[in-house]
Amino acid sequence: MSLIAAKDLSVAYGGGTVLQGVDLTITPGEIVTLVGPNGSGKSTLVRALVGSVPLSRGRVTRKPGLRLGYVPQKLAIDPTLPMTVTRFLNLPHRSDAATQAAALAQAGATSLADRQMSDLSGGQFQRALLARALLNRPELLILDEPTQGLDQPGSAAFYRLIEDIRTSLGCAVLMVSHELHVVMSASDRVICLNGHVCCEGHPEVVAQAAEYRALFGSGTQGALALYRHEHSHSHDHPHGHEHSHSHEHTH
Amino acid sequence: MLDDFLIRAALAGMGVALAAAPLGCFVVWRRMAYFGDATAHAAILGVALSLALSLPVFTGALAVALVMALAVVYWSGREVAIDTALGVIAHSALAFGLVAITFVDGARLDLAAYLFGDILAVTRGDLAIIWGGAALVLALLAWRWNALLTATLSPDLAAAGGIHARREQMALTVALALVVAVAIKVVGALLIGALLLIPAAAARPLSDTPERMALIAAGFGVLSALGGMQGAFWLDTPAGPTIVCAAALIFVAVQSLRGLFRR
Repeated sequence: MSLIAAKDLSVAYGGGTVLQGVDLTITPGEIVTLVGPNGSGKSTLVRALVGSVPLSRGRVTRKPGLRLGYVPQKLAIDPTLPMTVTRFLNLPHRSDAATQAAALAQAGATSLADRQMSDLSGGQFQRALLARALLNRPELLILDEPTQGLDQPGSAAFYRLIEDIRTSLGCAVLMVSHELHVVMSASDRVICLNGHVCCEGHPEVVAQAAEYRALFGSGTQGALALYRHEHSHSHDHPHGHEHSHSHEHTH
Repeated sequence: MLDDFLIRAALAGMGVALAAAPLGCFVVWRRMAYFGDATAHAAILGVALSLALSLPVFTGALAVALVMALAVVYWSGREVAIDTALGVIAHSALAFGLVAITFVDGARLDLAAYLFGDILAVTRGDLAIIWGGAALVLALLAWRWNALLTATLSPDLAAAGGIHARREQMALTVALALVVAVAIKVVGALLIGALLLIPAAAARPLSDTPERMALIAAGFGVLSALGGMQGAFWLDTPAGPTIVCAAALIFVAVQSLRGLFRR
C-alpha cells in the first residue's frame, strides 16, 4: 500500500512543460531523495504532490486520510507580520499545547517557542517549519530543500534530525536536495529528475548510473563517503536491482 | 441620541475605522497598499454611475470597487505586473468617474464630498449601511482568519493544508471593496487608503502576534476617528482629513516612543 503515488504526472507553466510523465510511488517508512539540476522540476514535483500546483496531465493518488507533513522551500515571512513560533504552529489549525511541545522537542526547537519567526536564523527557521510539519504525526514528511542556506555542519545535523524523526515516527520521508553527496547516503532510494525521471534506485546504484553521471559528473564520488554515519540498516542488500526499494527493515 | 449629527458622525467614523484597521493589517502584510488605493479611486466611477442612475452611492461604489478588484486579481500575473494592471484600471476608472460626474446635474459641487468625505452629512440610513458593512467585513475576516493568515504566509503551505490561496485572496478583495464602499462617505475615496494603512502600521511595533496587531490597529483606528472628529470640531477643519491627521500623529507618537525606549 503506497502512501502517495503519481501516475504520468505532467505540469506545464505558461506554455513550457516543466515535468513530463513522472511516475512516483512512496511506500511507508522509506526515505526518498529527489535530486536534479536547477530547473529540473524538483520543487514543482513536490508542490504537485502537495496539491499547490495544478497538473496538466496524470494524477496523484493519496492513501485515504494520509497524514502529510510539509516543509516548503524557504519561506519568506514579511517583517511586517508579527508571528511567534507558537502562533505559527497553530496555522491553519489550532493544536493543543502538549502536541506543540512534543513537536517542538522532536524538531529540537523547544527554546524557540516564544521567538518571532522573522528573528530566527536559517537553521532555527527550518526547525520551526519542521516542528509545524510534525504536529499531526505525519505518515509522510515532505521537505523541499530543507538545508538551503545552512552550512555543512548545520545541514548534517538537520539530516541526522530527519533520520531520528523517521526512526521514532516511522514516517516516510520525501526530500528534495541539491547536496547530492550528503543526502544520497542517508536515503533508501534516490530519484534523479530532469523534467522526467532519469534514473532511480538505491543511492549507490544511482551514483553509478550513466544518466546520473551525465547530469552531475562523477565529481561527487569522493564526497559521497563524507556523510556516512551509523546509518547501516539494510545496506547489506545486493545492489543490483534498479528501481528497487524492497527494504523490509528486518533488523 | 442619533439626532445629533456629531454623534452620528462619530459613530460612522468608528464603524469604518473598526472594519478598516484589521483589514488594513492584511493590506500591510500582503503589500497590497496600492491595491487598496486603486480600489478606492475606482469607486469614484461608481459614485458617478449611482448619481446618474439615482441609485444609493453605496451600491454603485461597491459594484465598481468589486468589479475593478476582481478584474485586477484575474488579470494580474498573466502578462501584466499587478501594479501596472492596478494603475491602468484604477486611473482609468477614476478619470472616467471624474468626467462622468460632470454630466450629472448638480453633482459637480458634491465631488469634493466623495473625494474627501463628508462625515457630518451622515444620515441614519448611512449609519445602518456603514455598521452593517463593517460587521460583514469583520465577520468575514473572523471566519477566514486562520486560512487568510496561512495563505498570506505561503500559498504552498496553504495548499498543503487544504486552503485555496486564491479563494482567500478573493475574500480579502471582497472585504476591501466593502470597506471602500462604506468609507467613501466618511473619509472619501482619496483617504480610505490612509485609514487602512496608518493604524496597522502604527500597531506593528507594539505587536507580537497577528491578532494583537489587528486589535491594536482597531483601537488606534477608533481613537483616530474620535480624535479627528474632536479636532475638526475645535479647529473647524474638514473631518475626513483631520481623522487621517490624527492617525498619522498616533503613528509618529508610537515610532518616537519606541525610538526613546530603544536608546
